[in-house]
Amino acid sequence: MIAKATSVRFDSISLDSGASLGPVEVAYETYGELNAAKSNAILVLHAFSGDAHAAGIGTETGKPGWWDNMIGPGKAFDTNQYFVICSNVLGGCRGTTGPASINPATGCPYAMSFPVITIGDMVRLQKMLIDWFGIERLLAVTGGSMGGMQALEWAVAYPGCVVSAIPIATTTRHSAQQIAFNEVGRQAIMADPNWNGGDYYGKEPPARGLAVARMVGHITFMSDDSMHEKFGRRLRGKENFGFDFDVDFEVESYLRYRGSQFVERFDANSYLYITKAMDYFDLTNGHGSLTAALERAKARFLVISFSSDWLYPSYQSQEMVRALRARNCDVAYVELQSNYGHDSFLVDVAEQAGLVRGFLASTFEKAR
Amino acid sequence: MSAHAARKQAFVPELLGRSDYEIIAEIVEPNTKVLDLGCGEGELLEWLAQNKGVEARGVEISSAKVQRAIARGVSVFQGDIDAGLADYPDRAFDYVILSQTLQETHHPRDVLREMLRVGRRGIVAFPNFGHWRVRLSMLTSGGAPRTKLFPYEWYESPNIHFLTLHDFEDLAVKDGFQVQRRFFLAGHRKVEWMANLLAEVAVYLVSRDVAR
Repeated sequence: MIAKATSVRFDSISLDSGASLGPVEVAYETYGELNAAKSNAILVLHAFSGDAHAAGIGTETGKPGWWDNMIGPGKAFDTNQYFVICSNVLGGCRGTTGPASINPATGCPYAMSFPVITIGDMVRLQKMLIDWFGIERLLAVTGGSMGGMQALEWAVAYPGCVVSAIPIATTTRHSAQQIAFNEVGRQAIMADPNWNGGDYYGKEPPARGLAVARMVGHITFMSDDSMHEKFGRRLRGKENFGFDFDVDFEVESYLRYRGSQFVERFDANSYLYITKAMDYFDLTNGHGSLTAALERAKARFLVISFSSDWLYPSYQSQEMVRALRARNCDVAYVELQSNYGHDSFLVDVAEQAGLVRGFLASTFEKAR
Repeated sequence: MSAHAARKQAFVPELLGRSDYEIIAEIVEPNTKVLDLGCGEGELLEWLAQNKGVEARGVEISSAKVQRAIARGVSVFQGDIDAGLADYPDRAFDYVILSQTLQETHHPRDVLREMLRVGRRGIVAFPNFGHWRVRLSMLTSGGAPRTKLFPYEWYESPNIHFLTLHDFEDLAVKDGFQVQRRFFLAGHRKVEWMANLLAEVAVYLVSRDVAR
């Protein structure tokens, strides 16, 4: 399956902050065919550092999409049956308008003049994209981590448009710990002199700060067990300690590699804006309580968490499931056993795929 | 034979010979809302959804079983029955089913009370500890009884509360819930007399006592 990125432009979007932004470009990819009734569309929502390239082999990069093990012919999101859409989020740096985009008013990149955005704004832009496709109801909205937040937001903001929601390894709002890790990442970027108040486009980017932010991120995505299994205390290409501050341990090498790789594909200002959007996200906003917020939702829910995910622990999923049950909503929930920490939804997908496949099949049948 | 009857006949062997499932399938009225506590892999709920158009929900503690239930399209919540009903509003369901699970709960009275809060009616099925084989096993061996229905060593048994038909009926009076229908089974046959001695499994349809 070859995936080709394309995009659509809208005149403007109004934001939760009260500001408006325009024009706004959305990069998206699609897989499978939309049926005549337009009833088989699934919106896949990417996590913090993901992009529109969810599946197949990218024409530009030659690389498989971030959820290629879940989306494709015969896979959990079976593209022989369903029409799958994935778009890059607002504020991103992978084709959708974000701080690195040119502000038409100045002819320069927005940088820090880009308005602060929310998960609600991201979803509003996705709704514009879905409307543009002429799709009235989505068979499913789904994603892990920040993608799961968007799925929840969809179910509450556009209840009539969402037949089912599959939030995975996510939360209805960030805890202090989650905000804390994001803040460390932001501070690492802003402490890099090259960040320069966000004004680094066409100059040297704050690569060291961004790499450190990503290193912290990667630690939170793994688990003690998975790190032990993957690296242990193994040394990198040497028999003995170097007695210096070069790389000694495998884990150091891995984090440095991940950090430097990330810098190639991600914009530091996008990091700031998107992590802020995650921290601001709170499904209860404007509704009083979680139960009141979810009262609006009409979707069928499948909620999945992972036993070793300490970044988005199971209790957060259970909290949303309890609120859904209090409204007597149709909700299925399971905690899957995995050693891969928060990354489980991306890498340890065999059981997750079985759940999603069955859930979608019964949802599709009921929706007919 | 109608298609419906054909399906129903296939139903019992399909469900591993669970005779109580057959009774439950008979009791539950079409197009109702059903919660099955300790629903296992969701076979009963799936059958009820497909054949009686019920809105089916389940609670099950085993992750592996929950996965198979969800994969077959049944909405099941992974959780503990002893702790897990508090979230539901009053009278959220037409039926709450407790099929061969009561004897495994830590606080059976609380579970019964909760099931009759969230459900208008409860269907309770349990293995009868008063069956003559159980009595005979204990009398002859002097050890914890082991029979077809109670096959476990005492230290491995998931059954932590043992009850007979008499015990259940006594509790119904004590806790003020009404027995609307009762079915007693030995294998797939109905037991009509000396039930506490001859029934292997009992199925009760109960509701909250309206007089109280």
